[in-house]
Amino acid sequence: MTRGAAAASQPAAAPRSAAAPAAERRWSRVALGWILPVAVLLAWELAGGSEGTVFHGIVPTPSKVVEAWKVWAFGEPGLGLNPYSGTWWSNVVFSTQRVAQGFGLAILLGVPLGVLIGWSKLTAQLLDPSIQWLRPIPITAWLPFSIAVFGIKDFGAIFLIALGALYPIVVNTTQGARDVDRNWVRAARMMGANANQLLFRVVLPAALPSVFTGLRIGLGIAWTAVIVSEMVAVKSGLGYVLWDAYYVGRMDVVIADMVSIGLAGYLSDRLIVFIESRVLTWRRLQSH
Amino acid sequence: MGAAAISIRGLDKVYGGAHPVEALRGIDLEIADGEFAALLGPSGCGKSTLLNLLAGFEAPTGGSLAVYDAPVAQPGPERGVVFQEAALFPWLNVWENVVFGPKVQGLAPREYEERARETLRLVGLDRFDRHLPVQLSGGMRQRVGIARVLVMKPRVLLMDEPFGALDAQTRLSMQQLLLDVWQKLKKTVVFVTHDIDEAILLADVIYVMSPRPGRIQSRYRVEMPRPRSLDTLTEAGFNELKRAIMHQIRHDIAADAPA
Repeated sequence: MTRGAAAASQPAAAPRSAAAPAAERRWSRVALGWILPVAVLLAWELAGGSEGTVFHGIVPTPSKVVEAWKVWAFGEPGLGLNPYSGTWWSNVVFSTQRVAQGFGLAILLGVPLGVLIGWSKLTAQLLDPSIQWLRPIPITAWLPFSIAVFGIKDFGAIFLIALGALYPIVVNTTQGARDVDRNWVRAARMMGANANQLLFRVVLPAALPSVFTGLRIGLGIAWTAVIVSEMVAVKSGLGYVLWDAYYVGRMDVVIADMVSIGLAGYLSDRLIVFIESRVLTWRRLQSH
Repeated sequence: MGAAAISIRGLDKVYGGAHPVEALRGIDLEIADGEFAALLGPSGCGKSTLLNLLAGFEAPTGGSLAVYDAPVAQPGPERGVVFQEAALFPWLNVWENVVFGPKVQGLAPREYEERARETLRLVGLDRFDRHLPVQLSGGMRQRVGIARVLVMKPRVLLMDEPFGALDAQTRLSMQQLLLDVWQKLKKTVVFVTHDIDEAILLADVIYVMSPRPGRIQSRYRVEMPRPRSLDTLTEAGFNELKRAIMHQIRHDIAADAPA
């Protein structure tokens, strides 16, 4: 009896002791990544000394930035003389909305366009040269054009975001649709798939991993585009606050704004990665 | 012997370009209804090209090609192809891969679901219908490749070295499976291989092909009794036929070698 119980407890104990070092390893990995930023922030804070600034009073220390951010986010009691008081969330929402709209437009145009260019020689010959000629023009160079045509309005920003995100989405989707395994196409035709079914049931799913690569690059460009266009072409959003705060010498708000942009970009990228892991289960399993 | 399932007359295939390659020259072939034919030969002899032409993946440059009296113009479900690397859709699970054909052909679920379940049972995969191809072994993947073709009730089965990429043990069990399936369904099969044992074990007729340009060198009728099993590999008559075919192939290689 006792021997049997001892033998039975052994396999249960083994994985537990194996799991502990694994968790430890994960912790030490995460901890390693924190060393550099914490050290920089600490040095920055200490360099500021009692004045709370570095670079001859230009750059505020982290604690000052956090203070300014608090007011920007939650407002301050008493008289509302600070124009940034309590406006953080609405500006985050403005920028995020523009990114979502422009990026959505880029997906709606870019994925079908990429699949068609990658799949049909005719479409490729028709459209590929135009895209290759337009692509080297940076979205920043489109700013005056965008303002002249759309004015200081939302759509100016959305146009720039969509344009910037469109290129990587089209180019990567094209690549994916072009590289579809020839035997998948043959197998589908052998089983009686028509041109439409081939496109939607074989070419599109086969191209999806490349599409997601394009989406992630495109989203990065979308955030760049929203900040640039808000600095110039509209009167709200994180980009607008960034430039406005700079003009009035509020570097604490400028830095808080920069961190906010980074955070928003990071979170939206995580969202795409999450969706990708859901949609491309087969791909995830393949790489294991 | 029944009516001709496949008839090929004076078939040529030349790949154009700067250096044209003559892949097939003057192929004449008649495969009877329900016959299991093997195309045997070294790589580069055009056996896979011949299969691709039968499948309708490529067009011949000369001659004619008919399956049940219908000239081959494009791929279709009446000519089911089993590829060497299975070529399953990795984003679809086993069940979805198997019903892909009936689905794109616009059949209603009640018309194919029972048959799909039966076919999965036939190839021994009924408990794996929710698995993704990446979760299966090479042999299991090829079973799915066979099942998705059988479920369409093709008149002809075209198999392009389907077990060539499998390890020896798995290959034997797949050969046994194919023997059992064929014994049950008695379909016309064209089976491409470079393995003499495999050709003798499975086929009624073996066409030995030789390269540059690809042509049919000789034809052997396999008289081993049916139903066959892996025991056939050690039966009397097997080695005699194997010796004759090997001798023929060696002779071809000698004749082909530059003087």
